[in-house]
Amino acid sequence: MSDIAISIKGLYKIFGKRPKKMVEYVKDGMSKADLLDKHNHVLGLKDINIDIPAHKISVIMGLSGSGKSTLIRHINRLIEPTSGNIDVYGKDVLSMSKVELREFRRHQTSMVFQKFGLHVHKTVAENVAYGLVIQGISLDQAKKDSHKWLERVGLDGFEDYYPAQLSGGMQQRVGLARALATDADILLMDEAFSALDPLIRADMQDILLDLQQDLHKTIVFITHDLDEALRIGDSIAILRDGEVIQQGNPQDIILKPDDDYIVDFIQEINRGRVINIKSIMNKGKTVEGPSFHQSSVLENVLTAVVDSDNHAANVVDDNNEIIGSIHLQEIATAIAKPAVKSNININYK
Amino acid sequence: MIDILGEFPAMKIGELREFKKSIDGSFSEFTGEYGEAIEGFFDPLLWFLVWFEKLLLATPWPIILLIVGSLAWAGSRSIKIASGAILAFIAIGYFGMWEDTMSTLAIVSVATLICIFIGIPMGILMARSKYAQTLVTPLLDIMQTIPAFVYLIPVVMLLGIGKVPGLIAVCIYALPPVVRLTNLGIRLVSKEALEAADAFGASYSQRLFGVQIPLALPNIFAGINQTIMMALSMVVIASMIGVAGLGVPVLRSISNQYLALGLLNGLAIVALAIIFDRVTQEYGKRLQKHRHGDHS
Ligand SMILES: Nc1ncnc2c1ncn2[C@@H]1O[C@H](COP(=O)(O)OP(=O)(O)OP(=O)(O)O)[C@@H](O)[C@H]1O
Ligand SMILES: [Mg+2]
Repeated sequence: MSDIAISIKGLYKIFGKRPKKMVEYVKDGMSKADLLDKHNHVLGLKDINIDIPAHKISVIMGLSGSGKSTLIRHINRLIEPTSGNIDVYGKDVLSMSKVELREFRRHQTSMVFQKFGLHVHKTVAENVAYGLVIQGISLDQAKKDSHKWLERVGLDGFEDYYPAQLSGGMQQRVGLARALATDADILLMDEAFSALDPLIRADMQDILLDLQQDLHKTIVFITHDLDEALRIGDSIAILRDGEVIQQGNPQDIILKPDDDYIVDFIQEINRGRVINIKSIMNKGKTVEGPSFHQSSVLENVLTAVVDSDNHAANVVDDNNEIIGSIHLQEIATAIAKPAVKSNININYK
Repeated sequence: MIDILGEFPAMKIGELREFKKSIDGSFSEFTGEYGEAIEGFFDPLLWFLVWFEKLLLATPWPIILLIVGSLAWAGSRSIKIASGAILAFIAIGYFGMWEDTMSTLAIVSVATLICIFIGIPMGILMARSKYAQTLVTPLLDIMQTIPAFVYLIPVVMLLGIGKVPGLIAVCIYALPPVVRLTNLGIRLVSKEALEAADAFGASYSQRLFGVQIPLALPNIFAGINQTIMMALSMVVIASMIGVAGLGVPVLRSISNQYLALGLLNGLAIVALAIIFDRVTQEYGKRLQKHRHGDHS
């Protein structure tokens, strides 16, 4: 396992007048709905335990109101928890003084927002330089230092434009460049691409993945879009009503959903295009037949497997060594949608 | 029985007289004790006002015209407004109102400056704390609605008749808009913009001067514009307690029924108001321009 960047333990957040008291009720099992009805408090987060690995993209997913924004804002303490612990590289974020917290935000975390959060009175270059200016660097120097990030997101030549003169996708590229410019290791992205059109969104995902190849940042990425989560996430945690209900690598979540809520979530995805052969192979066994790289998705091997004599294929790793094998039957099972437990009438399309 | 319904059960006349007397008495005492100290406190203000008025009066008229024209141009970037301002001042001079206009300009400028220096920090404080807002809002309401003559009484009792009490009266009346709109402007700054500042570790002052004030500036400017207008509208009342300027001839015209004199001076005040208003409004619009997408 790689090292842990952010470790969240027993985190609770309750919105309302007397949150500390309400934590006791929630710990005794009171639901979000009851807490709201009986005590007029909103349960934001409930007993969150997550370890976020360094230099990976960790996705947090959930429907609207499930507590995603609340959770990510705890990492840089834009929101104070009701109880629990948050460590970032071994440092307790909650015990930081005001000044320490400011320094922490200036150098160790940066953030990209759903509605961009740009400063409309500043030019593109000034926006990108913002984090550095806050660190105390002069505006001129900060503009110079941050210029490469502006180029990196493809906005060279737009330095003197104002945000209002740019399209949404371009504005978010400014937001991304601004976040990268401070060289912070941790990048917090709260539905950063959700406000964009599908095509532009795919563009932005490409830019992010491309950057990540070089930069190896610790990225916490929030989305309510499963396709996006699968595309960029190294791991995924799913939130419902303020609780983490499953976390793991994307393949695990698709193949072994823990409950109906998640089954619902993954209903609509194209499984053949998402599930890779490594995650369903029989380890160690070898068969007569074609070989495929472990990261190939089912859709791409299906024809070859059907055509082969044994209806089977081998799975090879990066060194072209066989690590296992798959049969047609396993592929078919994996592609079939999992049944919704509460709704046995499966609709095969 | 019927009696009590017929007439309001008011305080007895004697009691009422005593009540009023005791208030007047204690305020007189206060005046006697602290009047001089308070006057001393305002001395630098008086000195500044007199100095500025003298400066305007001593400056040759072509230079004033030049300054008026270029300030109007700098603010509005409009030839129409700048030349209109110059023409208005030429007319004012031609009809013999130059000196009174300079005096009025002096007091309005100084009053506006004072309002800005007091009002913007007050507005910032109100935006920062709910407590300050609930405390200051009714005060501003009173300042704007109470008839000017009522607060002139204690001011005059305290400081006598002259420029400083006039200036104070103008400021009391003209201060509220800049306070209100500074408060409003800061409160209207988007949560996203502020959250971004926080997330990057901005300190309180980096937040205030880097984000809140610049984003609130168009509103603050609208407040300054209204403050100037209200200061101008106090010119006549201020002249009742010894402030020189365009208000003096207006007062004289009322008591002597000089229609033309009153009209001319009244129109001069209107002209000043229009010039100030157009120039500051255009400037405010320019401040906002790049926020709405057109290329600049
Ligand atoms: N300041 C607040 N006061 C009271 N309740 C709040 C507050 N902020 C969030 N909540 C509540 O906490 C819950 C989680 O909100 P949160 O914004 O984290 O959801 P989200 O998953 O980010 O949703 P979305 O996809 O709509 O952004 C919601 O029920 C919300 O109403
Ligand atoms: Mg959210």
